[in-house]
Amino acid sequence: MDYTILILVLPMLSFLILALAGMKMSHRVSGLIGTLSLGAVTVLSYLTAFVYFTAERTAEGVHSSMIPLNFEWLPFTNQLHIDMGILLDPISVLMLVVISTVSFMVHIYSFGYMKGEIGFQRYYAFLSLFTFSMLGLVVATNIFQMYVFWELVGVSSYLLIGFYYTKPEAIAASKKAFIVTRFADLGFLIGILIYGYYMKTFTFTPSEEQLMQAGMMLPWALGLMFIGGAGKSAMFPLHIWLPDAMEGPTPVSALIHAATMVVAGVYLVARMFPLFIAYAPQTLHIVAYVGMFTAFYAASVACVQSDIKRVLAFSTISQIGFMMVALGVCTGTNPHDTGLGYMAGMFHLFTHAMFKALLFLGAGCIIHAVHSNEMNTMGGLRKYMPITHITFLIACLAIAGIPPFSGFFSKDEILTACFNFSPFVGWGMTIIAGMTAFYMFRLYYGIFWGKENKELHAEHVPHESPLTMTFPLMFLALVTICAGFIPFGHFVTSNGELYDIHLNWVVAGTSIVVAIAAIALATWMYAREEQPVPAMLARRFSKLHRAAYKRFYMDELWLFVTKKIIFRCVSAPLAWFDRHVIDQFMNFMAWSTNAAGEEVQPLQNGRIQSYTMWFFGGVIVLSIMLLLI
Amino acid sequence: MNILSFFVLIPLLMLLGLWLAKSLNQVKGVMVTGASLLLLLAVYLTVDYISLRNAGETAEMLFTQSVEWYAPLHICYSVGVDGISVVMLLLSAIIVFTGTFASWKLQPLTKEYFLWFTLLSTGVFGFFISTDLFTMFMFYEVALIPMYLLIGVWGSGRKEYAAMKLTLMLMGGSAFLLIGILGIFYGAGGETMNLLEIAKLHIPSSMQYIFFPLVFLGFGVLGALFPFHTWSPDGHASAPTAVSMLHAGVLMKLGGYGCFRVAMYLMPEGTAVWGDFFLVLTTISVVYGAFSAIVQTDLKYINAYSSVSHCGLVLFALLMMTRVSATGAILQMLSHGLMTALFFALIGMIYGRTHTRDIRQMSGLMKIMPFLSVGYVIAGLANLGLPGLSGFIAEMTVFVGSFQNADLFHRVCTIIATTSIVITAVYILRVVGKILYGTCKNPEHLKLTDATWDERLAVICLIVAVAGLGLAPYWVSNVISGSVEPIISQLIR
Repeated sequence: MDYTILILVLPMLSFLILALAGMKMSHRVSGLIGTLSLGAVTVLSYLTAFVYFTAERTAEGVHSSMIPLNFEWLPFTNQLHIDMGILLDPISVLMLVVISTVSFMVHIYSFGYMKGEIGFQRYYAFLSLFTFSMLGLVVATNIFQMYVFWELVGVSSYLLIGFYYTKPEAIAASKKAFIVTRFADLGFLIGILIYGYYMKTFTFTPSEEQLMQAGMMLPWALGLMFIGGAGKSAMFPLHIWLPDAMEGPTPVSALIHAATMVVAGVYLVARMFPLFIAYAPQTLHIVAYVGMFTAFYAASVACVQSDIKRVLAFSTISQIGFMMVALGVCTGTNPHDTGLGYMAGMFHLFTHAMFKALLFLGAGCIIHAVHSNEMNTMGGLRKYMPITHITFLIACLAIAGIPPFSGFFSKDEILTACFNFSPFVGWGMTIIAGMTAFYMFRLYYGIFWGKENKELHAEHVPHESPLTMTFPLMFLALVTICAGFIPFGHFVTSNGELYDIHLNWVVAGTSIVVAIAAIALATWMYAREEQPVPAMLARRFSKLHRAAYKRFYMDELWLFVTKKIIFRCVSAPLAWFDRHVIDQFMNFMAWSTNAAGEEVQPLQNGRIQSYTMWFFGGVIVLSIMLLLI
Repeated sequence: MNILSFFVLIPLLMLLGLWLAKSLNQVKGVMVTGASLLLLLAVYLTVDYISLRNAGETAEMLFTQSVEWYAPLHICYSVGVDGISVVMLLLSAIIVFTGTFASWKLQPLTKEYFLWFTLLSTGVFGFFISTDLFTMFMFYEVALIPMYLLIGVWGSGRKEYAAMKLTLMLMGGSAFLLIGILGIFYGAGGETMNLLEIAKLHIPSSMQYIFFPLVFLGFGVLGALFPFHTWSPDGHASAPTAVSMLHAGVLMKLGGYGCFRVAMYLMPEGTAVWGDFFLVLTTISVVYGAFSAIVQTDLKYINAYSSVSHCGLVLFALLMMTRVSATGAILQMLSHGLMTALFFALIGMIYGRTHTRDIRQMSGLMKIMPFLSVGYVIAGLANLGLPGLSGFIAEMTVFVGSFQNADLFHRVCTIIATTSIVITAVYILRVVGKILYGTCKNPEHLKLTDATWDERLAVICLIVAVAGLGLAPYWVSNVISGSVEPIISQLIR
C-alpha cells in the first residue's frame, strides 16, 4: 500500500503551490489545483479502503493493522522519539474515507460559494493545508505524531475562521477558537508527556511490560489526553469556541466544524480505546457523563437560537456528545454487548459527518440566497429553492432518527449501548434524541415554511444555487439515505470481530415514537404562518428562555476569567511590577552610585588648604590608632 | 591555518575593508562579501563536522588548536568546536547575513555603523570558537561594548538611557563573571585556562559553591534571567533593527551558552547545590515574561518580554540537567535566535513605514503590506510553537527532557513552564489580530508600500531557516545531543 503516502503528499503539494504562487493564478486555476488534488486523494482513499477491507482477515478474524511508512522524525532518547508514518487500521481507514469525501464535496461546493471573493486562492490553499493536517492526524502511528497534526489542524482552523480578516467578529472568533483549544491541548501535551515518561514509548500499542511500568499513571495520562480531545470536540465547558467559529465561510463550517476536525476528540478516545477499557474504565465513565451533559446542554441551547448556523453548531456539539457517550458507556470489548458503543460511536461519526456536512452546505445555499444568517429573514423558502429544501429535509430526518435514513441506524445502536450500560443514561439519551428532532424541525420549518419575510424577498428574490453547489448537496443526500444500510459492523468494531447490525426493536420503537412526537410538536408550533405558542412560551418562561438564548452565560463566564482575572488581575499587575519595582530598583542602584559619586566629588576641589587639612587630619588619626595599639 | 580562525579573521578583514572603503557602495560590498563568506564558512563547517562525526570521530572538540599567548597566566588562544558551538556559529552567520540586509538603508553614518556591527560579530564568533576561559571572556566583552554605541547613536526613543542601562547591567554581569573565572582558574590549580583541561581537574567543592552563582549570574544577566532582565525591553525598544536582531538572536545566546559550558560544565557540584534555586528563577522567567507580554502595547516590548520567556526556557532546560532537556535548550537557543531575529527584522520594517510601534495605532496592515504581514504571521506561529516551524521541536524537546526528571519539585516546575505555550498563543494572536487584521483606520498608512528586495531577502532567509529546522530536525538534534552528552555526564556523575 505504498501509494497511501500520496494521500498526504498531494494536499501538501497543492498547499505549497497555492501558497507560494496562488496570487499569480486566476481563481479558476487555483480552485482546480485544489479540487483536482483532493479528487485524487478521494480516489486513493476509496482504493485504500477497498483494498484494506477486502484483504484477508487474520487468524483471529480481525483486520490487521498496517504501517506502510514510518520514520524517525525527532529523536529524544533511544526509546522516545517522534515518528512520522502512516497507520492503517479500521478506524483510520474509515476516517480517510470520511475526510476525503466531505473535503472533496466542500472543494466543489466552494467553487460556487466563494465565487469572486477576494482571497479565493488563499482560501483553497488553507483548505488544502487543513485536509493535509487532518489526514495526517488520523493516520498517525503514535500519539506525538497525532499531537503534531492536532496542532496543525488547530492552526488551519484558525486561519479559515479568520478568513474574512477585516471583520472584527471573525478575528475575535478565530482567536478564541485557537486559544481555547490551545488551553485544552495543554492537557493533551501533559498527558502525552506522562504517557511517554512512564511507558517509555509514544506508540499506541505499548507492550505488556511497558503498561506494567506505567501502572497508576495511565488513567491520569488518558484523562489529560481526553481534556485535549474535549477541547477540539467542543465538550462542555470547552465548547465556547465552536458557535463563534461559525464566523468562517460556511463550507469551512461544514468541513472543519461539523464533519472532521471537531470529531478529532472522538477519534482520539477511539484510538486510545483499548487502553481506556483495560486500564482506565473510570475515566471512560467520565467521558460518558461529560458527553451526556454536553449533549443535553447543547440541545437545550439549540432550541432557542435564531441564527441558523448557531443552531447547527449547537446541534453538532450535541451530536458529538452522543458519540462520546457511545464510547464512554463501553465496559468491555465484546462488540455484541459491552463493547457495542464503540461500533455505534464510530458509525454515528460516519453518518453524522455526512448529514451534518449536508446541513451546513444547505445552510450555505440559504445564506447565499437571502444574505443573512437570521431565521426571521427566511421562512417559506421551499418555493424558491427546491433542491436545497429536499436535501435539507432528508438531513433533518436523518439527524432526527427517522428510518430509513442513516442517522436512525447509528443512533439506535448508541441508544442500545446506553441502555446496556444503565437505564438512566439510556432514557436520558432518548430524551435528548427527542430534543434533537424538535430543534431540527424548528429550524427546518423556520427556514422553509412559516411566515415568509415578503418585504425582504421582494427586494431580493431568493434563488436556487448553481450546480457546483447543489451537486454536493445531492451527493451527500444520497449518502445519507444509503449509509444506514452499510454493514458497518463488518468494518469497525471494538475488538475487530464481525458484528451484524440488527435493530433492537424495543429501543428503536421507543426512539421512533419519541422522534415523531417531537417532530409533531415542532410542526404544531412552527409550521404555521402565525406562531402564538413559541412567543407565549418565551414570555411565560422569559428568564429561562433568555438564559438559554445566552447559552447559559458560559461565554460571559469565560470572558470574565480571561479579561478580568488573567488580563486585569495577573498580567497588568505583573507588567506594572516589572516596570515600577524591579526596573526601578535597577534605576535606584544606578542613581545611588551616581549620588555617592556626587557626594564625594567636593573633596576633589583643588584647594591646597583643604587637601593639607585632610592630610594632617589623616596623619593624626593614624598616629592615635598606632598609639592605642 | 585552522578553519575556525577564519571566523575571526574574516570579520577583522571586513573591519579593515570598511575602514578603507571610500563610498557607500564599497561599504555595502565589503559587508555583503564578508557576511556571505561567513555564512558559507559556517555551512561548510557544519557539513564537515557532521561528516567527521559520521566517520567515527569521538573527540569532545574537533578542529582544536592552541597557541600560547601570555605565558605567565597560561592564557592561550585555543579554539575548538563541538556540536553546540557549530550550530551557534551557523545561527550567528545567518543572523549577521540577514542583519546586513536588514540595515541596508540605514542612515546616517552608515560606514561607522557597519564598523561597530562587524566588531560585534567578531566578538560573537570569537566567543563561540574559544575554549580558553580568558579568550572567551575577552571576546564576550568585545561583543558587548559596541552595543552601547550602536544603540546610543543609531537607536530611537530614549536611546541614551537604554544604551546606558543595557551596558551597565551587562557590565555588572561581567564583573561577576570575571571574579568567577578567576575563581575557576585558581580553583583548578592556576595551571591552565583551557576549558577542556579544567573539566578534567577537580575544583574544590567549597570554591564551586561560591563561584558557581557568580558565573551563572554573570552569564544569566545576558540570558535575561529574572530579575536581571529589565535591560531587555528598553534595550530592544531603542536599538536599531539589525542590532535588535543580533542582540536577541545571538547575543542573548552567549548567556545560555556560557551558563552551560562554563558554569555548569566546570562546576558540577556548584550546580547541584544552586541548581534548584536558579531553576525557580528561570521558571518564574518563563511564566512572568509571557504574562507581562500580554498587556504590552509596544511591538518591541512584546517581543522583548517574549524573549525573556523563551530565553528563560533555555536556562530552565539546562538546569533540568538531562541529556534531552539540554539538547532542547540548545535547540531553543537556535530556534529562538532565528525567530526573534525574524520578528525584530519585521518589526523594524513595519516601524520604518508606519513610524509607530504602538499596536493601538495600527490596524489592517495585511491589506497594505501583505508580504511583511504574512512574514509576521509566520514568525508568530513559530513563536507559539506550530509544528513544522522551529519553535515546536525546541519546546517539545525541552518538555520531554524536563519530564525525565521525575521528582516532585522538577515536575511542578515543568508543568508550570508548559503553561507558557498557552500564554504565548494569547499575546501572539492578540498582536496579529490587532495590527494585521481588521481594516486600516489611519489614512496615512494606506499609502505605505510593501517590502523592498533587500528586506524580502532577509525575511525569506530567516523563514527558510525557521521552516528548515522545524521540518527536518533530525540532524540538528543529533549533532547537538552528541555534544551535550559529555557535559551532562559530568553533571550527573
